[in-house]
Amino acid sequence: MTRNEVYEQLNAVFRDVFDDESLTVADETTAADVEDWDSLTHITLIAAVEDAFDISFDMKTVVRLKCVGDMVDAILQEL
Amino acid sequence: MHELLRYPFDGGEIGKRRRRIRRELISDGTQRKALRVAILGGATTHDLKELLELFLLDSGLAPEFYESNFGAWWEDAMFGAELAEFRPELIIIHTGVRSITAFPSPADSEAEAEACIAAQFARFSSAWEALERRFGCPVIQNNFEKPVFRLYGNRDAWDIHGYTHMTASLNRRMAEYARGHRNFYINDIDTLSADFGLRRWHDGRAWHLYKCSPAPEAVPLLAHSIASVICAILGKSRKALALDLDNTLWGGVVGDDGVEGIEIGHETPGGEVYAEFQRYVRALSGRGILLNVISKNERENALAGLSHPEGELKPGDFTEIIANWEPKDANFAALARRLNILPESIVFCDDNPAERKIVSDAFPGAAVPEFTAPERYAELLDRGGYFEAVTLSADDLARTEMYRANAARAQLAESFGDYRSYLESLAMRAEIRPFSPLYISRIAQLTSKSNQFNLTTLRCTEGEIARMAESPDWFTLYGRLSDRFGDNGVVAVTAAEREGEIAHIRLWLMSCRVLKRDMEYAMLDALAADCAAAGIRTLRGYYYKTAKNAMVAGLYADFGFTQVAAEGEDTVWELDLEGWQPKCDIITVERD
Repeated sequence: MTRNEVYEQLNAVFRDVFDDESLTVADETTAADVEDWDSLTHITLIAAVEDAFDISFDMKTVVRLKCVGDMVDAILQEL
Repeated sequence: MHELLRYPFDGGEIGKRRRRIRRELISDGTQRKALRVAILGGATTHDLKELLELFLLDSGLAPEFYESNFGAWWEDAMFGAELAEFRPELIIIHTGVRSITAFPSPADSEAEAEACIAAQFARFSSAWEALERRFGCPVIQNNFEKPVFRLYGNRDAWDIHGYTHMTASLNRRMAEYARGHRNFYINDIDTLSADFGLRRWHDGRAWHLYKCSPAPEAVPLLAHSIASVICAILGKSRKALALDLDNTLWGGVVGDDGVEGIEIGHETPGGEVYAEFQRYVRALSGRGILLNVISKNERENALAGLSHPEGELKPGDFTEIIANWEPKDANFAALARRLNILPESIVFCDDNPAERKIVSDAFPGAAVPEFTAPERYAELLDRGGYFEAVTLSADDLARTEMYRANAARAQLAESFGDYRSYLESLAMRAEIRPFSPLYISRIAQLTSKSNQFNLTTLRCTEGEIARMAESPDWFTLYGRLSDRFGDNGVVAVTAAEREGEIAHIRLWLMSCRVLKRDMEYAMLDALAADCAAAGIRTLRGYYYKTAKNAMVAGLYADFGFTQVAAEGEDTVWELDLEGWQPKCDIITVERD
């Protein structure tokens, strides 16, 4: 899967989780840029990403995610 | 029902799309009943709250939530002032094995280990007792799932120092507490976690990063389970099954294959599967679920199939057998009418997806599980939570018999020219007395389930009923009606609150099982007599209009009350007790 393909699927997950059809994320997007992305929604988001890509992050990886770019790196690593 | 929320659901999908589901439910035009729910947590409760909200919205409730601070379930239960301000109508204690603060140490003597278990239990029971004292509302408490890890391997299950032994013994004590306390209900996460998979349930990452337990993927299942208990407490459990026959209760088509050709019994694996399902259905009937057939068949073929020698169910086990070629939604409506219950109270079981669609389109509130593989039929009925039983009264156990007696009464009525001579022939006897402990659970159950013959739709918990019974300011009466065909059990309830020389009828309902038998007059006669004897001059009745209780809009007028006020379609009525005369002369009433 290419980085672009990951983004395509990842954007769909973000749109579902935040119920916002216009949402598009990029490498530099962080929780501060998305309305309602708080620590509680973060749990839902991680679970939804794992479910969508059929992967499981270990705890160390989850702790290191600081922006969407980190998340895409982690997804590519797991695939 | 929202399609994503119907069991077996995809927890991941629900978790991900929760916002959209919530938006769709809120905007679907359903009128919902408000409910203040407090969640006291030993773990993060945010996820649980969001998902529980979806299942409750889907069941016609509009919950408002209070969440305790993280881990502060005990402190909140004992002293929480904010919790008191919230005035909870229902409390959920979301704890589990991770909330246990000490396990026996390997060096403990047997007595010390026992004391450790007892101390952990006391922490919980002190919280329950405080909640009962402070709020008196229903409390739903998770029991304990199996531990995250074991200390002694397999020995852990039986050694008194074992972690597994500890959770099992706490669960046993909790079950004893539940048996002895009304208003206390267990959410069985011991079974739920096993069903989900214990290893996935105890997701170490979710716990250590977010203090979430169970794993986020298990929360929809947990929320569904709690919602089922809540619905049952509020009287929303289902009452009846409408079963198809061909490929639902047996394999094959009896009209084509003949009785010898259908699959049921021990001859084949397929036959065994249907026999097991029939055994499960018969067991449900034994605990008060009404069994009915809706089948596209000639009636004689339907009866022949049900009389198969290897079958576990016989025609006599059913309340209504509807076998004809009418559309199933029409038969479904006819069944609800004949049983005198709402379509939402019936679970429709049919292997044919087209029939399921016809019924679920026509009755969006009816439960229509996806009956696709016969080996999963029983699982779908069980895990679907349709028949969650929070109270079991003697009436539940005798219900099938009572409905059968009703069918016999209907036949008799047809043979009489006028209705009064039919009523006379029934030789009705009623017992009408103040609420007594024996009937508290049945009375609370009636207040939560009766919709049609219900003047005020006041829902009461067992605790509230018990308090009315003990209060000198309340006139309370239950009515039990029997006749030549049998005992209908407790079918009518009324309670009036004294205020000087006026008594306000706050609660007044009757089961539709005994409509048009003059039992309502017998009840009002008894209430009026009790009130008059206690010096009350005026009986004031209230009718609060709902979507379902139009049948009693004119009840007070019939009884001779005068309307004194109206607001919209709600009306207020008064009866002057001076010169009042009893109205019911056809039922022999025993008062004490």
